[in-house]
Parts: sequence; C-alpha cells; structure tokens
Amino acid sequence: MKTEDGVIEKESVVVRFSGDSGDGMQLTGTQFTDTTAFLGKDISTFPEFPAEIRAPAGTIAGVSGFQVHFGSKEIFTAGDEYDVLVAMNAAALKSDIGNLKKGGIIITNTAGFDSKNLRLAEYQDGVNPLEDESLSEYEVYKVNITSLTKEALKETGLSNKELERSKNMFVLGMLYWIFDQSPDYTINFINEKFSKNPELAQANILAIKSGINFGETTEIFNTRFKINASPQPPGTYRSITGNNAIAIALISASEISGLPLFLGSYPITPASDILHELSKYKHSGVRTFQAEDEIAAICSAIGASYGGSLSVTTTSGPGMSLKTEALGLATILELPLIVINIQRGGPSTGLPTKTEQSDLLQAMYGRHGECPLPILAPCSPSDCFDTVYEACKLTVEHMTPVIVLSDGYIANGSEPWKFPAAYDLPKIKSVFADKPNSDDGTFLPYKRDENFVRPRVKPGTKGLEHRIGGLEKANETGDISYEPHNHELMVNLRQAKVDKITDSIPEAKFDSGSEDSELLVLGWGSTYGTIKTAVLELISEGYNVSHIHLRHMNPFPKNLGLLLMKFKNILIPEINNGQLIKIIRDKYLVPAIGLNKIQGLPFTTSEIKNKILEILNKK
Amino acid sequence: MNETNNLPVLEKLTYKDFAPDQDVKWCPGCGDYSILKQVQGIFPELGKKKEEFVFISGIGCSSRFPYYMDTYGMHSIHGRATAIAAGLKASRPDLDIWIVTGDGDAMSIGGNHLIHTLRKNFNLNILMFNNEIYGLTKGQYSPTSHVGLVTKSTPFGSIDEPFNPAELALGAKSTFFARSLDRDPKHMKEILLEAHAHKGTSFVEIYQNCPVFNDGTFFIYSEKGTKKEESLYLEEGKPLIFGENNSKGIKFDGFKPVVVDLTDGKNSIDDLWVHDKNDRIKATILASFANGSNGTHLPRPFGIFYSIDKPTYEETMMHQIEEVTKIKGRPNLDEILSGDKTWVIA
Repeated sequence: MKTEDGVIEKESVVVRFSGDSGDGMQLTGTQFTDTTAFLGKDISTFPEFPAEIRAPAGTIAGVSGFQVHFGSKEIFTAGDEYDVLVAMNAAALKSDIGNLKKGGIIITNTAGFDSKNLRLAEYQDGVNPLEDESLSEYEVYKVNITSLTKEALKETGLSNKELERSKNMFVLGMLYWIFDQSPDYTINFINEKFSKNPELAQANILAIKSGINFGETTEIFNTRFKINASPQPPGTYRSITGNNAIAIALISASEISGLPLFLGSYPITPASDILHELSKYKHSGVRTFQAEDEIAAICSAIGASYGGSLSVTTTSGPGMSLKTEALGLATILELPLIVINIQRGGPSTGLPTKTEQSDLLQAMYGRHGECPLPILAPCSPSDCFDTVYEACKLTVEHMTPVIVLSDGYIANGSEPWKFPAAYDLPKIKSVFADKPNSDDGTFLPYKRDENFVRPRVKPGTKGLEHRIGGLEKANETGDISYEPHNHELMVNLRQAKVDKITDSIPEAKFDSGSEDSELLVLGWGSTYGTIKTAVLELISEGYNVSHIHLRHMNPFPKNLGLLLMKFKNILIPEINNGQLIKIIRDKYLVPAIGLNKIQGLPFTTSEIKNKILEILNKK
Repeated sequence: MNETNNLPVLEKLTYKDFAPDQDVKWCPGCGDYSILKQVQGIFPELGKKKEEFVFISGIGCSSRFPYYMDTYGMHSIHGRATAIAAGLKASRPDLDIWIVTGDGDAMSIGGNHLIHTLRKNFNLNILMFNNEIYGLTKGQYSPTSHVGLVTKSTPFGSIDEPFNPAELALGAKSTFFARSLDRDPKHMKEILLEAHAHKGTSFVEIYQNCPVFNDGTFFIYSEKGTKKEESLYLEEGKPLIFGENNSKGIKFDGFKPVVVDLTDGKNSIDDLWVHDKNDRIKATILASFANGSNGTHLPRPFGIFYSIDKPTYEETMMHQIEEVTKIKGRPNLDEILSGDKTWVIA
C-alpha cells in the first residue's frame, strides 16, 4: 500500500547492514535493532562477522554483516532474503547481494567502490558494479557517505580518522529517515556511551542528524517504509541477546536459590560474552574466575560446587572436548554443575564465528564410561533465560551436572523479551545436610532419596566429614569399592537418577498443528523460528502439518514416543549431519527423515518449506 | 559422635581424630607413611576445627592421601587438584585447604594448573611428594627423574631434562617454597607448620622414597655416612653451614656460591652467606644448587627457600566485590531482569 507521500506500509522488512570489519556495522545494526524494538516492533537479528578481528580491509574475508528482520507481525527468524542491503564497500556488495530480493534496495557508499576496493573485492579490471548493468534489477542508491560525513562534521575539529569512523552514524540516520523512525534512542545511547567525551558524542549525533537531513532534503530515495508496531502481548519489554539472557538467568537462579554464583570460564568464541556480562555483576556478589585453560575452568567450578556454590562453566565445542574428563568426575561425584556449550562449526577450530548444532551427540555420549547427563537446548535468545534457569533448578534439585546446548545464532541474535518479575520465577529447592542420615549416627553421602538424589554437604559442616572422589563408590557409604555388582548397581542408580528427571519436566506439546496432521516437523534448539515460520506459512496455505520443538534433549519428555508413533512422516531439520535423528530412531524406532545443512548458517524458511512439500508430494 | 555436640567450639583434638578407620594401602616401607604421620601429628596444633580442613588430591600414590585423613576430602582426577582447590578457595575462603600431589601429578599432567595456582597466590598448602618416578602406573620415569634413569619406559635411560621444582616454583611467582624429606620427620613437622602459617600458596616439595620403583634416590641426604656432607639445612638469619662437625660453609664469590672450609683459617663464619627467606635472588641461587652444573658440587638445601607476604587471590577478589558494591550498591533482581532500557506495550 503506497500512500500519497511515497511511504509504503509494510508488514515486515529485512535490512542487511554490510561493510568492512572496521566500518562499525555491528554497532549500527544493534542501534537500529534496539530503536526498532523500542518503538514496539517485533524483531529478530542475525549478526555475522569474520573470525579475524581485522581481516585485511576491503576484502570479502573482512566483511561483517548484521541482519535485522522487523515487523508489525510476530517475527521468528532474521529472514531468508533482505529488502534493503546497505553495502559500505565493493566486497560487502559482492558478498551479500545473493540474498537480496529481486527489486530490493541497495544503498552503497560510493567511496567504497574506488579502484582499490574493487580490486580487493576481486572484481575484474575495469568492472564497477555501480557503473554497469549488473544491478539493473535492483533499486540502487549511490551515495558518497564518506565525503558527506566528512563535510557535515568538518567544523567539529575531529581528526580525519575519527570523521571516517562516524560514517556508520550517517548511514543510521539515513535508515531512520527511510523507515520513519526517531533517532532519540540512539542519541541517548551516544550521550551515555561518550559521557566522558562530549565532543565525540556531539559529532556522532551530528552525523546521525546529517543522515536524516540528507534523506529528507535531497529526496533521492523513491521509497520510504512505515512498519506499524507489532501486536505483542501487553507488558514491559527489553531487548536481549541469547548470551545476555544466559547471564541474567544464572544471576536469577543464584538469587532465588540463595546459592552464591561462581563462573569458571576460559575465553572462547562465541561464549565469551557470558563471562563478560557476568563479570559486570561483582556488586551482586557474582564470582567470575577466568581460569588458565578450559580444564581449569570446569575444575574450578567443580571445586566451587563442592563448596556449596551454584557453579557454572561456559564454553564452545573445542572447550567442551577439553572438559569431558572433568565432566565425568562431576557426574560420579554427583555434584550440581551447569555446563553451557555455545555450539559453533566444528570439528577442531572449524568455523568459530558461525553456527552449528553439531555437539548433541557429544553431549549425549561424549564421555568415557556410562556417564548419562541431562541436556537442555534453548530455542531463541529470550528462551535462553528460561532454559538456563530450568537447568539451574534441575542441577541443584537433582544433584547432577546439566549441559545446556545453545549456539552462535541465538547467542548473538537478539529479540524483544517480556522479562519476568523476580517473584514469578519458580522456586529452587536447595538443601544442605547438617546431620547424620543413618540409624547408627553415621553420615552416608550416597544414600539417596526417592528421586535417587544424594544429600549435599558443605565442607565446614561439623560431624559430617567424609571423602568423595572419582573412584567407584560403595552404595550409600561412598567408600571406594571395586565389587563387581556394586559397580553395576551404581551405574544403574546414576542412570535412574537422570531418567527420573522426566517426572520434573513438562510433556512435549505441539507448537503448531496437531497430532492429526500429515507431517510432523521435530526440531530442537535455534532452528525454532525458521521451522515455526515455515510450518505456519504452510498451514495458512492449506497444508496439514505440525511442529514440536524440544528443549529437553535428555531425558526426553515422557509422552514424546507416543506422539511420534502417530505420524507417518516425521521431518527432523538440523544444522548438522543428522544427530537428533539418530537418537530418535534409536529410542523410538520411527522412520524419521532428516534435513541437514552444514554451512555455518541457519536454515532459510524456504529450505524447510521445500523439504516438507517434497515429502508431502511424494505420496 | 553424639556426645561431641555438647563440647565447646574448639575441642582438644589429637592425631587420632584425623585418622579414619580405613586401611592405609601404600606399599610397605613407602615414604608416604612418614608424611601421613607428620600431617596427622600437626593438625591438632593448627588451631582449627576439624570440619574446616579439606584435602584435595589428583591421581597417583600420593593422591590417596585424602582417604587417610578424617576431614573433608576429594580424590579428583589426574593433575587437576590445584584447579579444583582454586575454585573451592575462591568461593570458600573460610576453609583450610591442603593439596596432596606427586611429581607426575603436579609437574607433568597438572603443570599448567600448578604454575597458575602459584602465581595467583590462593591461601592453599601444596604438598608435593617427589619420588622422581611414576609409582601407581608401575614405574615409568617422571618429569623430575634424572637423565639416564632406567625405568620401564626408558630401558636405555631417560633422555629428558628434568624439572627443578624450586626453580619452577620461583619462576611461577610462588610466594613460599620449602623442601623437606620423608626420613627427617622433625624437620618435616617444622616445615609443615611454617607452610600452614604462610598466608598464600605454600609449595612444599617433600623428597619421598619409593621402595619399589626408585629405592634410595634420596638416601644420601638422610643416611648417616653422607647426610652431613650432602645436606644443607636452612635457618632464617643464620649462615649456611654444613658438613661433619659443621666444618663447611657457603659463601659468595661474586654471584657464585662456593663451598669453603671453616677449619683452614682462611674463612670464618662471618664470611658466609646468611639465609634470608625474603630475598628472591638468594632463593633463586639456592634453587640452582640442585642442578649441579656450575662446576662446584653443592649440598642440597632443605628448609624454607623463599617466603614473602602478598595479598591472596581470594582476599583481593572479595575486596573488589566489596568495593564495587560500595560504589554501585547491590541491585535487586528486578533491576537486573529489566536492564536499563525497557518499553511498554499496552
């Protein structure tokens, strides 16, 4: 619907900011996102950056992108294709044009298309995409953003380098004009960020305003968009990334359980932000410990758990591999411990900044000995809060380490979050033994309750001195035992304890559709938004399909097997080579079909829709 | 057990209170027995409640130690005792934590955790039983075995340059290093008490005889015929004297330590090096005595090489938490949940 003043009202729009690593695209994208969310629109984002801190400037390897999908309807994914591509240089255009919608808008910084940039982007000699017909299918705006920014800020007295760096704020201003959004949120942000350097703050604000004025006065843009606020449930919202939601969940669980929070961690992409975020909360009594390596990180957390803390270690795939021996120790000690793995492309260093769901089988089976552990997986940035909070509740109440499998996509992605009030959070029952638990007055550290859970004791408790360790223990007493039947009994008891958790978790339910549908899509983790969008679109197109999304990967919800038996067609899409599907086939003997993508990228909605249609049309 | 509930807080403990009813399962004649006896012996003198002590160990013969002390204890995994103890101490500064480890556990598989624990300076006590061999895995060479040692994994002699634990500790910014040996219980007891009194990570190397796989390695430092000539007992503020009838001393020739005869009239006690455990340079030179590579044969020092006061990690951590809380105030959970930028949808 085009209105008289050239403003098009749209339900949703996808914008991709793309530029060199040094162009400030992540900040620009984040500011655009936060402003958009603040104005009541639903959002989903996908930041994508190179593994190198500063890959050679101007090259394709150095391109950093930030994609935001926002709208007046519910948004579940960052979008398959974009409506608007902001390309700060030739490499950005070349790298990201593939997913721009036909007829989409390209806003380019012409200063990034000089002969050097064209050469670095590996265009052929004499070829400039801005000057030939190659972009004729798109609406292209060529703006010398660099020189306009310099011109606008020439009175500020900033150095040439600082002027250059302000160009992303000029871009932001242009985008605010095109999408009819107020810059106030960002202006507040800049004033706070540069409170110690008011001159720099003023220059950045001037750059934004110049971008807006440029849009308004030059009238070069044929199109402006208006996206209304989304009808989200009433309440108070904030914007949240997956990793920040994890940090807040841990602090919340610590406060509600009354257990001090201890994080033992070693920096690793894409998990380090949790360490950074928690380290800011010293004034909440949070103890963060940057250990010398991944092994010390989990071992320090085991030590703190033994001392009575709510203990956490955060990592990604390579770190997870290093932690496995200690994870076995925590399992046989039967101590609470949260292990958060922000999955990335593997094996080895693999694709450190790209997403993958390829550590599920490692979490299930990747330890020596019989070593079962509960596994939970969040499905969106805000779901990281609920999932990690639940993991904390399970680890404390069931005296077992719990693994949380997030991934790079939701760790860095953000969305609006209707955050809970503290008093609405579920209670966490934390109990420490303070007296002997046997008839003869001795303390039995491995005597279990009806959930097979052993008592927790804080060192320092009088009269309950005892030893625990990695050697197999005699049932109840915890003394070393090599007795054959005792070992089998202990293995079975540890398994039974984990299995018993099914009684404490909710049953699986349909996210969309019902058990009468022709095909079920079974997903887990960060594929949620894409599967949800694909299934809803197909339902609205008249197809009879449904969607169940798992948070509890081990143990599975009690009713999952019965639900799966009802389906002739089960599709399991995963960002890996087929991992959940192996467990599902093994456990329930159902003929599930996999859809696998291993490109370090999330699924697109159309990839999932096409696969569903292919299965339905085969019949 | 029931009667103890009514006793005053600091009850009088004896070594028997720390001996659990478990059979001790080291080999007959193992040096570990002597160390266990001394540790059990000093614990009643440490002025702590029994439940405040925690033993953490890794893997190896020495690491069975926690099972033989009736305190809180964890027998963990190979090399990781220091890392586990670091997390425990950071979260529970009130506990009195002891790490028992061996030369393989501490310096090979756990080397990284050891050096970082030393530099961070938690208030911990590390007892490293050094027998220069792997015992529990039945006789392979260790990172402290000397070049040429014939073991199961080095049938033609070890080709590895060994670690010098004192040099390693000082290089890792240890705030306390001492050496003792299993066959000198009186000296060991003194050193253990000093190690415990040190606020910071105290690292004690204890020469320990393995009668099965490396018998007699340290006997020259403890047996009658050789002890006086080969051992040098360090005493704070005293000159370095050793030898039969205290007839020898160590003095500096520039920065080079040399052995002098105190009976030939050329040198007197006043010329000798006076031990100062706060002096890092002297400690570094003492550490090098064991290398035997500077052309002079020097006796092996026993005692406290180095000890300085430095704030502990956990003190500094708590201090930072208190300071930040003083400045920012403790936020309530609802403030944390909401963050500082919210919007309302009606």
